[in-house]
Amino acid sequence: MAEALLEVSRLSRRFGAVDALKEVDFNVTAGEVHALIGPNGAGKTTFIHHVSGALQPDSGRIRFAGHDVTALSMHRRVSAGMARSYQITNIFPGLSALDNVALAVQGRNDAGSSFRFWRPVGREAALFDEAKGYLEQVGLQDKGGAAAGMLSHGEQRALELAMVLATRPKLLLLDEPMAGTGPEESARMVELIEQLARRVTILLVEHDMAAVFRLADRISVLVNGQLICTGTPDEVRNDAAVRRAYLGDHL
Amino acid sequence: MALYRAAPWQKPLSLALLLAALALPTALSALDQAFYIGFATRVLIFALAASSLNLVLGFGGMVSLGHAAFLGAGAYVAAICQQAGINEALIAFPLAMSVAGLFALVVGAVSLRTRGVYFIMITLAFAQMAYYLFVSARSWGGDDGLPLNGRMTLGGLPLASDDALFYAALLALVAAMALFGRLVDARFGRVLQAIRENETRMEALGYPVFRFRLVAFVLGGMVAGLAGALLANLTGLASPNLLQWTQSGTLLVMVIIGGVGYLYGGVVGAVILLMLEETLVGFTAHWHIVLGLLLLAVVLFAPRGVAALFGPARSDEHG
Repeated sequence: MAEALLEVSRLSRRFGAVDALKEVDFNVTAGEVHALIGPNGAGKTTFIHHVSGALQPDSGRIRFAGHDVTALSMHRRVSAGMARSYQITNIFPGLSALDNVALAVQGRNDAGSSFRFWRPVGREAALFDEAKGYLEQVGLQDKGGAAAGMLSHGEQRALELAMVLATRPKLLLLDEPMAGTGPEESARMVELIEQLARRVTILLVEHDMAAVFRLADRISVLVNGQLICTGTPDEVRNDAAVRRAYLGDHL
Repeated sequence: MALYRAAPWQKPLSLALLLAALALPTALSALDQAFYIGFATRVLIFALAASSLNLVLGFGGMVSLGHAAFLGAGAYVAAICQQAGINEALIAFPLAMSVAGLFALVVGAVSLRTRGVYFIMITLAFAQMAYYLFVSARSWGGDDGLPLNGRMTLGGLPLASDDALFYAALLALVAAMALFGRLVDARFGRVLQAIRENETRMEALGYPVFRFRLVAFVLGGMVAGLAGALLANLTGLASPNLLQWTQSGTLLVMVIIGGVGYLYGGVVGAVILLMLEETLVGFTAHWHIVLGLLLLAVVLFAPRGVAALFGPARSDEHG
């Protein structure tokens, strides 16, 4: 197996009396699409929060691209090449779509310091040209001037993806990118993720099983904070414990 | 809110107003109203202080109820400098800015770890601590404050005349507004405003949010310190009342009346509030009642402040 880009070992987190995550061992190999599935309340989003740095674990380690990032803040993990989308769309609604993406470009390490107080950003054509490129990749090239809050739900999800791409991540953490989208938008999103998967490693949390089985190289199943199975889509489909816990009536 | 964009007529208008301000002392003297030059200076100084709060509050989204502490710190540094024999503003004013900035660094480093109402309370607590410190500092005049023996010199030129101090205050205000005007359009200002809009998203885009906020907070504190040093020269006194929370409240009211997050919001608010006070005090000691009504009217009819009434239309009334 190729080298692990993300390595999570014995990650645990309690909220009061609830074991949200119990000794989770998990890894994502460079280049793969790894889907994390599980019933509602299994701890999937909690897990993503820990990987991205929004929450700190009680115990366990997280290694990313060869470095221990367990103690790093979210923005440092982003600089190291980890980017995430949110289950509930998380953009700047008052700003134009183009400004949303331009901010993402500007935040990158190689884009230079943002502690610049004098030169108008309007004169930094490179920033906006690059941002336009990402808008085009997600099919929003005609919406650059529109306020992000005025876009349709599916367009907002695509915009968030463009922002995430603009950080040029090594690893994309996608938390239910299909949530709340209609069938058409959903199909477009699957296509988009398929294209992205050729260039970047993806950890995908998703409820849409058709999408998961189409996109994923490997699938892990989380139930009540415990990882009960990791394997190829076929292995997971035929795993007795998974069927019992979760998939039974779906497949 | 959207990112701030200046209206196209804003630059010519502010240049015209600047020209008018340059002619003001001469005009007032010619009209035999030289008394008002001091008042106009006061307006300029408070416009400076309110604008510095507007950077923190309007562009940074940090509701600080302790901003007057930096104003007061600047005033005391000026007075203490003079006590120590330093009468040159080119030394005393940068020193006032540095001390106020350092104070803001300490306050910000602690309070910016909190959010919402906790941030308001912590900034208030710091300011009140500073207030009681100066009230009890005997060698600095205690609650009488520390008087100045006449005004300082600026680059060797005496600020003793009202005209000279007016122009010094005008210079400071113009410099600060030029800096703020550039800053909000530059990378830093865009990041600051985006943090105001969505802090989590900025963190998730890789921005060290805390550091950006802290820099804005310190910058606001420094400019407030400069305003304080000017104010001490105008009134001839560094009073602990300058650090009182009511003073912080006055600055907040100026920004809210003028326009939170509008470049000239602080200036407009300071002009309106101080002119209102000056006019109404002649009629009644209860002028605060009228101020209350004005605030009510602003909140009801111009919730974004007076500057917003003239500002560019913004397409941010949604989502």
